[in-house]
Amino acid sequence: MRRRDFLTAAAGSAGAAGATALLGGCAGSADGASGPLQYLSLAWQKESIEVNKALVAAWNEHNPSARVRYVQGSWESVHDQLLTSFEGGEAPDVIHDEANDLTDFAHGGYLADLRPLLPPDLKRQISRANWDTATIEGGVYGVPFLHDPRVLVANRKLLQRSGARTPTVQRPWSWEEFEDVAKELTVRGRTYGVAWSMKEPVNQSVNLTLSTGGAVFHRERGKDVIRFDEPDSAVAELIHRQVNTDRTAARSSLGMAGSDTLPGFFAGRYAILPLNFSFRQQVRQQAPDGFEWVTLPMPAGRGAPGGGQLQGVSPQTLSVAQDTSRKKAAMAFIAFMTRPDHMARLAKGDWLVPAGTEALRDPALDTAEHGWRTGLRIASDLRASPVLGVRGYPEWKDKVATPAFQEYYAGSIGLRALRAKLVDDGNRILARYQR
Amino acid sequence: MITDRSPFARAGQYLALLCYLVFLAFPLLWLVSTAFKSPQELGSVDAEWLPRHPSLDSFAAAFEQQPLVRSALNSLVVASCAAALSVAVAVPAAYVMVRYRSVVGRAATGWILVSQMFPFVLVIIPLFLVLKSFHLVNSLSGLILVYVVWNLPFALWMLQGYVRAVPASLEEAAAIDGCGRLRTLRSVVLPLLTPGVVATVMFSFVTAWNEFFFALVLLKSPEKQTMSVILTHFIGAEGAADLGPLAAAALMATLPSLLFFALLQRRLVSGVLSGAVKG
Repeated sequence: MRRRDFLTAAAGSAGAAGATALLGGCAGSADGASGPLQYLSLAWQKESIEVNKALVAAWNEHNPSARVRYVQGSWESVHDQLLTSFEGGEAPDVIHDEANDLTDFAHGGYLADLRPLLPPDLKRQISRANWDTATIEGGVYGVPFLHDPRVLVANRKLLQRSGARTPTVQRPWSWEEFEDVAKELTVRGRTYGVAWSMKEPVNQSVNLTLSTGGAVFHRERGKDVIRFDEPDSAVAELIHRQVNTDRTAARSSLGMAGSDTLPGFFAGRYAILPLNFSFRQQVRQQAPDGFEWVTLPMPAGRGAPGGGQLQGVSPQTLSVAQDTSRKKAAMAFIAFMTRPDHMARLAKGDWLVPAGTEALRDPALDTAEHGWRTGLRIASDLRASPVLGVRGYPEWKDKVATPAFQEYYAGSIGLRALRAKLVDDGNRILARYQR
Repeated sequence: MITDRSPFARAGQYLALLCYLVFLAFPLLWLVSTAFKSPQELGSVDAEWLPRHPSLDSFAAAFEQQPLVRSALNSLVVASCAAALSVAVAVPAAYVMVRYRSVVGRAATGWILVSQMFPFVLVIIPLFLVLKSFHLVNSLSGLILVYVVWNLPFALWMLQGYVRAVPASLEEAAAIDGCGRLRTLRSVVLPLLTPGVVATVMFSFVTAWNEFFFALVLLKSPEKQTMSVILTHFIGAEGAADLGPLAAAALMATLPSLLFFALLQRRLVSGVLSGAVKG
C-alpha cells in the first residue's frame, strides 16, 4: 500500500506539472464491456490486411450490437505485447497468434477454453488433426485456420536440365532421391543443389522429423521427454551431410533467413530452396522477368507413418481472451472469420494453406499457378508439431537447440555432441517445467 | 618528422575522417538506395548502390499499407512533449543539485546511477499496472509521462555538468548588482546553459522518437501508435519482410530526427561559444 501511495503521489505531482493536462485530449477512454470487441490481427501482407479489414467491416455492418475493432499487431512482438496485456488485464478480446505461442498463455489461464463455445459447423469443417494443434491438456485454446507448411521451391529450368524426375504430391522424392537430385544439380563453383536457410533451425528440424517417423518430443509416463534417436535425427544428418560431405548444400545459407536466400536462387546459385509455403509471394514479387519456378512437396521418408509425407506444423490461430466478458460474441466473430469462403480469402491474401476442409476445396485456391495446388494437396499430411503444448520448449529452443543445431549443420560438432546437448540439457529444462 | 602542419598528416586526417563518415553513413545510404529500388532489384544477388530504375512504388505501398502520417504525428507529439517536459524538470533540478549540496542531492545522484541499471522488461508490467490504475494506458499522455521519467535521470546527469561549468562568481556578481535569485537564473545562468539545454532536448526527443517497447505495450489503439511500432508491421512471421516498403517507411521515420538535429545543432555550437567567451 505504501508503494501505491508513493506512486499515486508521484503521478499526482507529474499531473500538477502539467503533463497530463497538456495532452488531456490525447487520453484514451477505457473501453469496457460496452465498447467494440478488440481483434488483434497479425496479418502483414497487403492483400491479407485488406481482406481482414473488409471482413471486419462486413461483420460490423451486420452486427451493430457486437462491433469489432481491427487492431494491427506484429509477429515480431506479439508475445511480449500479449504477455503484458494479459498481466495488466487489458488483453484484446480476439487474438490472432500461432499455436506454438498458445502453450504458456493457456497454462497461465489467459485464454478461454473454446470447447463450450465452438459452433457445430466450425467443429465439423476443421479436421481432428487440426484441432490437435490447438489442444492443450484437453482444452481447445484456439481455432486453427491457416497453415504455413514447408515446401521445395525449385528453379524449373535447372531441374529440367538435370533430367531429374519432377516429384508430385502423389509421388514425392524420397530423401535419398532428394540427395541424389541435389548432387545432379550441383555444379562446382556455380550452383548448389539446395540452400537450407537455417537462421532459425529448430522448428523445421523438429517438424521434418515426422517424415522419417521421428518426433524429438515424446510423451512418456505422462511427461514430455526429448529423444534424438535415428528417426529423429535422419533429416538433420542428411542436411549435415549435404553441407559438409557432399557439398551439395550452400554453407553460406545456414545463417540466412528464407528471404535472404532468394537473390541467390534467382541468380541460379541455388537450384532448390526448402521454404515455407507463404514465401511464394516474395518469389513471385521479386523474381526477374522470365524466371521460372515450381513448388514441390517436401521429400518423404521410407517406411515412416503416413507414407513418409507427414510434417509438423504450428498453424495460425484465433483465440478468445479469458478475461473478456463477451466470449460468445468473440466466438461468433471467429466463426464468421473462419467461414469456408472467408477462410479461403484469408489464406489467399497471406499465401497460406487454409485449415478448413471446405476452404481447401475453394476454386479460387485450386489452381496450379504459383504452386497453390501443391499446398492444398499436402494439407492432409500436416500434423500438430511435436513441440506444441510442450512447456519449456521456448527455453530449450533459445538456449540449447538453436546454437546446437547451428553448430551441427556448420560441422563444428558431431551427431553425438548434438544429441547430448539436445537430450541431456533439454530434458533438464523440461523437468523444471514438469515438477 | 611529421607535424600537424604537414600536408601528409592533414591529408591522412581527412582520409580517416572520410572513412569514419562513410562507415557512419553506410546504413543510411543503403536505406535510401533500398527505398527507391523495385522488388526485382531487391531480389537481385548483385547488390548495387544506385537503383537501376528508381521508383517511388515502395513509398506508395508503405503509405497505402500503414497509417504512416498519423503515426508520425503521434511520434512528433510524444517526442516534442517528452523533450519539453524533461528539460523543464531537469534544468531547475540540476541547478539545485549542483549549487545546493546536501544529503538529498547526493541521494538523488545515487538514484540517477541506479535507475540506469533497470532494463525495460523488468519495469514494464508494474509500470503497466500503475498506468492502468490512472487510466493512462493507451494514451499518448501516459506514454509522454513514461518517457519523461525514463529520460530524466540521464538528462539530469548531463545538465549537471553544464551547470557546474558556469562559474559561481558570475551569480555572485549578479547578486551584487541587485539581481534576485530568479532573475539571476533567468538572465545569467540560463543563457549560459543553452548548449546543455539544447543537448538535453535533442537527447530526449531522439530517445522518445525512436523508442519502441513502451510504445508497443502501452498503446493499443491503431490511431495512437507511434512510428517505431508501425514499422514492425512490415515484418511477417519467421523474419519475412516487405523490404521495399519497410525501407521507405524507415527512411521517413529517420528524417524528422535528422531535421530536428539540423535545426538545433547551430544553437548547440553557438551556445558553446557564448559560454566560452563569458567564462
